[in-house]
Amino acid sequence: MSLLASETDNAAVPRLAAGKPGLSIGWIAGFALPVMVAALWEGAVSAGLANGRLLPPPSRIGATLWELARSGELATHAAATLWRVAAGFALGAVVGTVLGALSGASELLRRLMDPTLQALRAIPSIAWVPLFILWLGIFEASKVALIAVGVFFPVYLGVAAALAGIDRKIIEVGRVFRLGRVAMIRRVTLPAILPAWVTALRTGLGLGFMFVVAAEFMGASEGLGYLLVDGQQLGRPDRILAAIIAFAVLGKLADGLLVFVTRPLLSWQDVSRNRM
Amino acid sequence: MLSIDALSKTYADGVVALDELSLRVGDGEIVALVGGSGCGKTTLLRLIAGLDRASAGQIRLDDQTINGPSANVGVIFQEPRLFPWLTIEDNVAFGLNQLSAFEREGLVANALTRVGLSGHGGRWPRELSGGQQQRAAIARALITRPRLLIMDEPFSALDPTTRASLHRHLLSLWDESRPTMLLVTHDVEEAVTLADRIIVMQPNPGRVFETFPNLLARPRVRLGSGFETLSRQILTSLDQSLKPGMPKAAPAGTADAAWW
Ligand SMILES: Nc1ncnc2c1ncn2[C@@H]1O[C@H](COP(=O)(O)OP(=O)(O)OP(=O)(O)O)[C@@H](O)[C@H]1O
Ligand SMILES: [Mg+2]
Repeated sequence: MSLLASETDNAAVPRLAAGKPGLSIGWIAGFALPVMVAALWEGAVSAGLANGRLLPPPSRIGATLWELARSGELATHAAATLWRVAAGFALGAVVGTVLGALSGASELLRRLMDPTLQALRAIPSIAWVPLFILWLGIFEASKVALIAVGVFFPVYLGVAAALAGIDRKIIEVGRVFRLGRVAMIRRVTLPAILPAWVTALRTGLGLGFMFVVAAEFMGASEGLGYLLVDGQQLGRPDRILAAIIAFAVLGKLADGLLVFVTRPLLSWQDVSRNRM
Repeated sequence: MLSIDALSKTYADGVVALDELSLRVGDGEIVALVGGSGCGKTTLLRLIAGLDRASAGQIRLDDQTINGPSANVGVIFQEPRLFPWLTIEDNVAFGLNQLSAFEREGLVANALTRVGLSGHGGRWPRELSGGQQQRAAIARALITRPRLLIMDEPFSALDPTTRASLHRHLLSLWDESRPTMLLVTHDVEEAVTLADRIIVMQPNPGRVFETFPNLLARPRVRLGSGFETLSRQILTSLDQSLKPGMPKAAPAGTADAAWW
């Protein structure tokens, strides 16, 4: 999640890494600190200055990861987690988009829905867990529901805000060309809110990865979150860290995929705005 | 012919922006509206564009009452208002939806050439300068061949050189189909350069104050004496329009006061 968040911040810095030379330097600079810290820790443990029991050196985490990957465990857990995130994301994104669109399009609907949804948003989402378990059982449905709740709010808010904030001047151009309701939506409204929608989806996806951990904490027999709990119970920090790394990589890949599939739709924006 | 009869607009907050304004603009005529800030010029154009509703009165274009946006009325705003997600070509072609792609391409290519943007069709609006964007907006408004083109300070954001070149581009496009044009400007030179008739409006409430026919031959040179005289008369009239109680005789030379 932190990885995803820092990614969003990067996007706000214009053109820092846009040019070719700047790109490679920025790339290397970004890696310098973690690599240095990892190397120092590795050296300290192998020189016997630290035992690395609570914080295993990178080599041991790497070995654990490799072991998990080779035995197929990693794939099983990753697949379980990804499936949950995908299902929850799809559900939350669709419902969030639809309700956000309704709320942004109609003042009446906004007055009807928005206060309730804002109140629900104030509830820490994890507080829903017991209720979801009662309603949906301890298996997949309650987990997917929790993730969907996490994804829903940023998507709903993003779409509603984008529609409310759409430039009236550009709508007027559509009116001058006498676009009907449908044509106005297709030719003006949708393209105008697309960037904000993609941003909302990316935020939602990030939250989806955050919530899948919580969902898998509440009793799962597989999934990267289960791997975390398992590592804690077995006293294996290397497994915990391996799972965390797997989370980071999956989150980054999923975000990258989202950016990749939406990029053709947003090619008209500044290139640097939408960098990976 | 554009006929405006006893047109009034009172906004919801009680401001009377236009008070029984009447106006005729002949086919192919270019009319410039000048006047101090807040005298209802934008209000008038928005009513003609069908973007707002009048409180009273009537607007007719060739005996068709205007009560909403019309295919016969093209609009150029103060800002280019291009769609940032469309290329320049697609922006210019925005109003040509019913035509085949082939017909569209031909028209767009011609329009882009006319406004000096050939070769820029595939670029995004953000890749063009403000003047180039406004030229694309002119092409977008004129490509559908509206009978009436209305423009609200279309060049006010541009530097004088760019403005002069846009005047030429506009007149070149205008020459193709000779639409009626109604132009709001704060620039008296611009009004005298472009218009066949200049209308000075007065504020509170918005009304026609004085009308000046412009008989100067085209192309009009800023340094000609007729140009100078007419500009001075208009500036004087503008001054008076803002203090209607004052006597009408103003000595020449004091005319370029800060009426805006
Ligand atoms: N949407 C609106 N609601 C309320 N009052 C308005 C609105 N638009 C304009 N007005 C008022 O109507 C009057 C005329 O405004 P308008 O914009 O037509 O003037 P203008 O001649 O275009 O001025 P400028 O030269 O500054 O552009 C002003 O007093 C203005 O405050
Ligand atoms: Mg105005």
